[in-house]
Amino acid sequence: MDLAFIIIAVLTLASAVAAMSLRNLVHCALCMVMTFAGIALTFLQLNAEFVGLAQLLVYVGAVAILIVFAILLTRSEDAKKEVRFVSSSTVVGFGVVALVAVSLLAAIQHTQILPPQSVVAPHVSVKRIGEQLMTNYVLPLEVIGLLLTAAMIGAVVIAMREPDPADSVDVQQRNGSPLKLDPDSKKTAVVANE
Amino acid sequence: MLGTGLIKGMAQTAKNFVGSYQGPERLVTVQYPEERLAPKENARNFPFLVFDGDDAQKGLRCVACQICEKECPPKCIYINKSKDKKPDYIGKPQFYPATFDIDISVCMSCQICVEVCPFDAIKMDKVFELSTTDRFEALLLHKTELAKPNEYFQELHPTEAAEIDTRFAEEKLKAEAKAKADAEAKAKAAAIAAAPKPEPAPVDGSIPTPVAPKTI
Amino acid sequence: MTGQLDQLFVSLKQWLVSFLPQAAQPMAGILLSISAIIGAFATMFAITTIMERKILGRIQNRLGPNRVGPFGLLQPAADGIKMLTKEDIVPFAADKLVHFLAPVVLIIPVALALAMIPYGRNMTAVDLDAGILFFFAVGSATELSVFMAGWSSQNKYSLVGAMRAIAQMISYEMPLVLSTVSVLMMAGTLSLPLIVQAQSGYIYEILPRWNVFTPWGLAGFVLFMIAATAESNRAPFDLPEAESEIIAGYLTEYSGFKYALFFMAEYWGLFAVSGLAVTLFLGGWNAPFPFLQWVPSWAWFFAKLGTIIFGFIWVRGTLPRLRLDQLMNFAWKFLLPMSLINIVVTAMWHFSRVFQFVGAREMRWVLCALVLAIPYFFLGRALGEGRPAKRNYKFAE
Ligand code: SF4
Ligand code: SF4
Repeated sequence: MDLAFIIIAVLTLASAVAAMSLRNLVHCALCMVMTFAGIALTFLQLNAEFVGLAQLLVYVGAVAILIVFAILLTRSEDAKKEVRFVSSSTVVGFGVVALVAVSLLAAIQHTQILPPQSVVAPHVSVKRIGEQLMTNYVLPLEVIGLLLTAAMIGAVVIAMREPDPADSVDVQQRNGSPLKLDPDSKKTAVVANE
Repeated sequence: MLGTGLIKGMAQTAKNFVGSYQGPERLVTVQYPEERLAPKENARNFPFLVFDGDDAQKGLRCVACQICEKECPPKCIYINKSKDKKPDYIGKPQFYPATFDIDISVCMSCQICVEVCPFDAIKMDKVFELSTTDRFEALLLHKTELAKPNEYFQELHPTEAAEIDTRFAEEKLKAEAKAKADAEAKAKAAAIAAAPKPEPAPVDGSIPTPVAPKTI
Repeated sequence: MTGQLDQLFVSLKQWLVSFLPQAAQPMAGILLSISAIIGAFATMFAITTIMERKILGRIQNRLGPNRVGPFGLLQPAADGIKMLTKEDIVPFAADKLVHFLAPVVLIIPVALALAMIPYGRNMTAVDLDAGILFFFAVGSATELSVFMAGWSSQNKYSLVGAMRAIAQMISYEMPLVLSTVSVLMMAGTLSLPLIVQAQSGYIYEILPRWNVFTPWGLAGFVLFMIAATAESNRAPFDLPEAESEIIAGYLTEYSGFKYALFFMAEYWGLFAVSGLAVTLFLGGWNAPFPFLQWVPSWAWFFAKLGTIIFGFIWVRGTLPRLRLDQLMNFAWKFLLPMSLINIVVTAMWHFSRVFQFVGAREMRWVLCALVLAIPYFFLGRALGEGRPAKRNYKFAE
């Protein structure tokens, strides 16, 4: 184990612990970003250039921003309420952790441990990865593509609002028709917004 | 079509960019410390004290009536009245300001002091390069710095100055004429007093003879 | 002689490194390249700020700064001294650590991105196989620092600015990346030096083989530049710093040196993205004509970079700021479809290579241009459609 790996590992773990234990949600999110970046660095250090950079692009660039947005848009003032150690979420959390750990351990158990002399991994170019994705792994790629498309359509459907009667009133007013406040249409507008 | 407006705008700014190197008349900015615009006559910012004649302190028109001090909204004028008097432009003995300070860091250039002064002693200046590195002492102007000759005022606001000057001249003439008349009247009275009394003093109840005014 | 001039910096670095012991040489080489890049771009930052002000002045029929030094050329020095000597104010309510880290987090990825760009023949500081991926990966980290700056200031303007910046950057990253895809498809590599190599050579021995001189390349270049303007928060996409609305956006609570760092990072980001545009579309360090090849390659690179930056300034001097809804509509309803269509057009271009009949070259050109122009026309019209009718101000006239 060399020094760089130890530094990266310690940083990653420390920021992961911080992400779990800090009180301020935004701090937690930032610490989690550091964890993501640490994992990306680990990949890069293992010469897995493409995976490391993709990790950086997707997790630091996109997922982190998503989390931050979620925190800011849903922030409630009761964030400071007391933390109970045994709650339903803790139980579920431990269950998930156990499941992941078991499957990971099983996977590790079934890998043939590489002999130490072949530590130097073959250099995999991006081109090779692309070719593999387009030939051997084209079915998983397509399935993932389909899944993501379905998710995107779902998101669009959720985000799409019913045409709102209040809008037409607004447009009329904006276009200079006499300003007339119709109490009934107002009321329906409020209901529609809710 | 999308983009035509953009291209039009870009062409316009490109024209400006190239044109500003071609025709210097496009550049309207006045390069201030080297070039200046001629000042406008009705520009005004801070008050100063007008004096007549050559001696700044003797010729000050201000009579230390302190009206301006009372009227100044931010109270940035400070006046000390003198103990003695000195003659003003028509020769009438008047008080004069022993101290007259204006704190131009406080002054808001409202010109109220000028409006209320009954003696046309304080007027608005148009100096503007007043920046200093000391924001306390250097911005508190004393009587010596405030006093500026009437010629300066004539240059600054010629119309107003001319009007005031003619009025002063008229007043002076009137005062001189009055002084002369008074002197004559006095001389006459003296002559009458010197002459033997033609009749006895009037009895009570009769109209008293007018007495010559005490002041000259 | 010309070859020597071309490789001037490369040989200089080798000569300097050769003084060191064998073991330290690679490390020293890297350090030397990094310091050269930082030095060069710090100078360029200074020059760009003054040139920007001068050019903007000329565009508005003014002279621009002309007081410090001859023709005002020492203005950046004066600004720098002022920035460094200013008090560093941290708001009382601010999250001190995050507030401090934000500019640092911003400048590191930007500097890393600068290291990827091939500045001349054999002049790439870090030659990664997945160079362009690295570029976008570190570029996406800048969003985070903007958020950190805006959130930690505990100021509503900062937060609004940060949210605007993030929304804008996410929206425009899509067309930015997609418009580069066509170049990657044609070059068949993610490595920036190889992309430059793919654009070397001349058609008929005279016309440059740059990507921008193809229909898909031109469209890609325009899309890329628009998205790059938005990514670097420059006018007309400067909503995150809109002075007239939200003071200075996420920069509101920054002063002194931290502000200067932000400012510099912004310009460095601009240089990086312009350098990427040069590399992807304008042939990198290749000379435009074969008879101009005696000019050193790095000079060509920086000349092209300067031209692009001039373009940025010109656009800034011309176009007014967009509204937020216009910004979003433009990204999602125009740039994104256009860049997707551009990928299809690139494929068409690639596969129509096989036709050899007379006039095939011209036909290919016309066909690809048409496939781009028609959606351009209709998407552009659709953009204008949602616009409210011309208002008549009943009481104002
Ligand atoms: S300046 Fe005018 S108002 Fe003020 S004290 Fe002198 S005479 Fe009076
Ligand atoms: S101009 Fe106004 S503020 Fe200034 S001294 Fe005169 S009265 Fe005071």
